[in-house]
Amino acid sequence: MPLQFNPQLGADGKLKHLLTTEGLPRAMIESILETADQFVSVGDREVKKVPLLRGKSVFNLFFENSTRTRTTFEIAAKRLSADVINLNINASSTSKGESLLDTIDNLAAMNADMFVVRHAQSGAAHLIAQHVKPGIAVINAGDGRHAHPTQGLLDMYTIRHYKKSFHNLSVAIVGDVLHSRVARSGIHALTTLGCPDVRVIGPKTLVPTDCERMGVSVFHDMYRGLEGCDVVIMLRLQNERMTGALLPSAHEFFKSYGLTSEKLARAKPDAIVMHPGPMNRGVEIDSPIADGRQSVILPQVTFGIAVRMAVMATVTGA
Amino acid sequence: MQLDAEPLLAELAQKIGTLPEDTAVVGIHTGGVWAAEKLHAMLGATLPLGKLAVTLHRDDFSKIGLHPQKKATDMPFDVDGRHILLVDDVLNSGRTLRAALNELFDFGRPASVKLAVLVDRGRRELPFSADYAGATMTLDPSQELVLKNDNNKLRFDIQPKN
Repeated sequence: MPLQFNPQLGADGKLKHLLTTEGLPRAMIESILETADQFVSVGDREVKKVPLLRGKSVFNLFFENSTRTRTTFEIAAKRLSADVINLNINASSTSKGESLLDTIDNLAAMNADMFVVRHAQSGAAHLIAQHVKPGIAVINAGDGRHAHPTQGLLDMYTIRHYKKSFHNLSVAIVGDVLHSRVARSGIHALTTLGCPDVRVIGPKTLVPTDCERMGVSVFHDMYRGLEGCDVVIMLRLQNERMTGALLPSAHEFFKSYGLTSEKLARAKPDAIVMHPGPMNRGVEIDSPIADGRQSVILPQVTFGIAVRMAVMATVTGA
Repeated sequence: MQLDAEPLLAELAQKIGTLPEDTAVVGIHTGGVWAAEKLHAMLGATLPLGKLAVTLHRDDFSKIGLHPQKKATDMPFDVDGRHILLVDDVLNSGRTLRAALNELFDFGRPASVKLAVLVDRGRRELPFSADYAGATMTLDPSQELVLKNDNNKLRFDIQPKN
């Protein structure tokens, strides 16, 4: 296979943009996670700010709605002392007919230093990264079904925090894998970090047919799939998928693939439960589990800010 | 070339004398923390030792970027209204100290800050001076003074700057 053009790494091997966890060298992922360690405590200080991105302008370009992701990127940039400009593109120029790259050129003319991009089309962040001039960084905050690299990295940070190492871990990713960029980014990061057992659990209609090629094993029976797991990553069931022919009903889905204490009992007693949010209680996860002692869903949010700070600092640093 | 740092520590402790009550000893990573640990014991400080990592406040971030490291700031006491004895191994340009003060002030408003260093190299790029110095030493700017911790014995290596 020909070497794919990977615009996120510069000729010097440094991270210029963060577009996907696929093909990201292990050392780079580890470096980002270690850098994030330094930022976790910043949130506990009286002054929750460090000056690394002082004077930089970060544009949050959200072509698709996401309050939480946009907010955590905004907080991350502000804790690094950057100026943050939020653009809700749905409501602005594109609806007047401006092309994506014209929008980018206009913002670049306002001396943008970084674009954080969320787009419903896979590859949108790649397109922007190839288009911008050197010195402008692009961070993919989710593109279509393709990738959500900062979510993948914050999941790795969370797993590493609780499990210390990836060497002997069994990690199960459960639910709508087919439409999930979170699953894809997580799988690539896990295999790169040397996790020996990554499992994907879901109904046949929601698991990609070529899933095994990514180095994971596929289960359609959740009880079997969770057997002896250390980490359970639940995915959000996107309501819009219910309208199609992929699923009978939310209730049916919960019966087979909702995380309940009964199913979780198959995993190791110290297994952690993760969810990228927003959760549908009673659809993919039972409330007592979401709020239970094994749940690390809220720490994920806190770590997410530190990881996004680390990514922003890494792509900005010379 | 090597230089035993233990006599410098003794000299420094003697110059500081009695530590006013309610003073916190704070070391700057990495060498300053080693020196501060020893001074903390020698001076009989009662508050736990503080540690400052200055990476997030360095002024050369845009030139050299960020390097991941295990060193972290740890302030196990309330900084507000506290007298602080800041400890570093070497005072040279003063830039580390500038970053350390910024980091310190993110935790609160100390009542006072005094600076103790093992070696004052005398060259300065910012308006700082040490309140206590174990020794003053003039070295060629191409030379670097690096504190080493060898089984809890501190020594300086004098080596060409890389």
